[in-house]
Amino acid sequence: MIRSLRRYAALIAPLALLAGCSRSALPTEPTDGSAAGEASRPRQVLRYGNGSEPQDLDPQQVQGTPELHLIEALFEGLLAEDPKDCHPVPGLAKSWEVSPDGLVYTFHLRENIKWSDGVPITANDFLLSWKRMISPRFASEYAYLVYNFVKNAKDYYEGTITDFSQVGFEAPDERTLRVTLSGPTPFLLKIIANHYAWHAVPIHTILKYGALDERSTAWTRAGNMVSNGPFMLKEWLPQQRIVVVRNPNYWDAASVKLDEVDFYPTEDTAGEERMFRSGQIDITTDIPISKIAPYKRDHPEELHLEPFLGVYYYRCNVTIPPLNDKRVRKALAIAIDRDALIRDVTRGGQRPAYAVSYPGTAGYFPRAQITGTLDDARRLLADAGYPGGRGMPTIQFIYNTNDNHKQIGEAIQEMWRKNLGVNIELQNQEWKVYLDNQHTHNYQLQRAGWIADYEDPHVFLEIWETGNGNNDTLWSNADYDRLLHEALQAKDDAVRYEIYQKMDAILVDECPVIPIYYYTKTYLMSPRVKGYWPTLLDTHPFKYIYLDN
Amino acid sequence: MIRFVALRLLQTVPVIWVIITATFFMIRFVPGGPFTSERAVTPEIRRNLEAHYGMNRPLYRQYLDYGWSVMRGDLGPSFKYPTRTVNEIIAEKLPVSLELGLISLGIALGIGLPLGVLAAVNRNTWVDYVCSSFAMVGICVPTFVMGPLLILAFAIHLGWFNASGWYQPIDRVLPSTVLGMVYAAYVARLTRGGMLEVLSQDFIRTARAKGAGETRVILKHALRGGLTPVVSFLGPAIAGIVTGSFVIEKIFQIPGIGREFVNSAFNRDYTLVLGTVLLYAGFLIAMNLMADIALVWLNPKLKFE
Repeated sequence: MIRSLRRYAALIAPLALLAGCSRSALPTEPTDGSAAGEASRPRQVLRYGNGSEPQDLDPQQVQGTPELHLIEALFEGLLAEDPKDCHPVPGLAKSWEVSPDGLVYTFHLRENIKWSDGVPITANDFLLSWKRMISPRFASEYAYLVYNFVKNAKDYYEGTITDFSQVGFEAPDERTLRVTLSGPTPFLLKIIANHYAWHAVPIHTILKYGALDERSTAWTRAGNMVSNGPFMLKEWLPQQRIVVVRNPNYWDAASVKLDEVDFYPTEDTAGEERMFRSGQIDITTDIPISKIAPYKRDHPEELHLEPFLGVYYYRCNVTIPPLNDKRVRKALAIAIDRDALIRDVTRGGQRPAYAVSYPGTAGYFPRAQITGTLDDARRLLADAGYPGGRGMPTIQFIYNTNDNHKQIGEAIQEMWRKNLGVNIELQNQEWKVYLDNQHTHNYQLQRAGWIADYEDPHVFLEIWETGNGNNDTLWSNADYDRLLHEALQAKDDAVRYEIYQKMDAILVDECPVIPIYYYTKTYLMSPRVKGYWPTLLDTHPFKYIYLDN
Repeated sequence: MIRFVALRLLQTVPVIWVIITATFFMIRFVPGGPFTSERAVTPEIRRNLEAHYGMNRPLYRQYLDYGWSVMRGDLGPSFKYPTRTVNEIIAEKLPVSLELGLISLGIALGIGLPLGVLAAVNRNTWVDYVCSSFAMVGICVPTFVMGPLLILAFAIHLGWFNASGWYQPIDRVLPSTVLGMVYAAYVARLTRGGMLEVLSQDFIRTARAKGAGETRVILKHALRGGLTPVVSFLGPAIAGIVTGSFVIEKIFQIPGIGREFVNSAFNRDYTLVLGTVLLYAGFLIAMNLMADIALVWLNPKLKFE
């Protein structure tokens, strides 16, 4: 194939000569003057395939994964994360204390921390940033990660109180911050370290371009933007490239090894793989499933299949027969051959999921598992009144238009038909139509998944609370709801995790969702990239990354 | 002619209005909205978001407001890229698509016209078969096959080009070749057809009888009439080619307007959908008008009426 292509290439070669050119690599030379004094060392430029174009770079306004990676380079929170396992480590705060009742957190900021424009970072910056985050007019989509936990913050967000001083945020002095919570939140430090919702933003810059609570002003444009992380924004060409360069005012600038990170939008996975193969980028955000086997064979050193803190499942609308009967749901859950599915269909090294919680989330392993033989499944189905699947209406199954979901759906459809005599009908829907049907409960069975924002088992369990906006199964269990609240009051993690075990057991017994597999992050990375460890949250602090030239 | 153009321009006003209205309401009635996301937005947050974008007001008010702001030339802020306005996005992306489109158009005409003429003049000879086969291949091989194939050959194996991107002049070569080839194929076929029809007419025989050289007969007498189908095709084709090709832009990661046109609908980016539809409609109308003018010029039998 390739040989014949080469022959074909010779025919069209003059076209390229017409353009008068040889191959031009993307810029690896210095794009700013900062390297002038470091002539002895080759410039370290990481070229990063970053998925889709970011919506914005304001940490209080964005939501997606591409944005997450950019924010990671540009900002640092009170706490940062360990590059190997994401646990909280000191960031802009050098230390912190928690009151014995777990309700008051006190953070001590480092001395001499500055924004990238040299302006000192003070406790007041954090205070005003948090005020901005929970301002109703600002309407941040991640505001709940702050207002759900802090005293009076939800009332402030909903406008029932307008005096910000009543909210549980205080700055006793320039270097100290005190946060009072509405209830114990054992994973608060993880949220602060793993998520950007609690980051400070440069108030002095933001106010130059609009009011504190004004959405979407020009402050995040290149040239305007000021940040406080290891890198700062240099260039943002939409749909082309975002360039961040080393921030000399970062408190730990001495340990930052890369001079520059270039983020490339790579919406098309196949195109991204071609960019990687032609040497345009060092890391991809994904890899087409069909390419996994060839890379395994030819370039195993470039292929990465790593555990990723998320679970793929089928969601049941528990109000519509036959899925209103938990025996039917359980039978369906048992009758999926997850190992075969992963080996032959998903092929990305995923792990079979027999519970909703991700095993090994901050040391938590769910004990309850979906177990049973096909005979057990058939018995459950017979008990529910459908022996051998007879009399069971066809179940409508929806998925968003995507080949992978389709193939998984077809495999499971066949397993259920063969093992149980149950028929489902696959229906693909455009993404927003599919989401709309989910949120309006206009479906019977739906493929879905959940990816953690921070590493704590709470993430996978809280969403099944009655009425939670992400539940969407209409499933409700009073014991489950009570346990969720009990868990938050638990005196330590051992007690809390025992409560979670009970909750996982309820989920396995009732199966409002049918867990299928735990995600892996599949991507390509050049072996010259070092200091990049696999982490469950797929976050990789850029300050530790370097290139081995 | 001035009367003709003025009249046609006047007709575009209601056309544009109908397009805006239909698009505005159609996109609103599609399930899902700009804030529909996998992670449910809490009701409080949704309320505040809708208030920010004025979506808490009655639909007819939003429609009137939008119409008023369009009349002032303001297409509003994008929902998906909240820090950018639709005007800005179009101003940024349209030139890229224009550049890609014009280069491709040059390739299409530069290859398509000579091939078409050659094929017609040498009808039913091997020259004709070669040219027609080229046209068939160009039409049949989709861009999403040809694009990756060229990348594989020239970017990955030969290493002459970047696999994708739009950074340096050299990055224009592969995408415009792929896009140009498709249109070249159509142009060649249409030229061949048009030329064959004209070449069999009396005035060509007359020209030959009067002793005009074959080159002169073809280029001076036949080509003008032979181009008629090409010109009618080029009107809408140019509008399509310069407002961006979604597939090419996606394969080559080109920051053009074609991708926004399609993705805005997926994102339910109401204002960007309207903005790009308006742009495309405007182009289409303008190009059709120009094609009509050119046709009258090419064909003496037609008059501006």
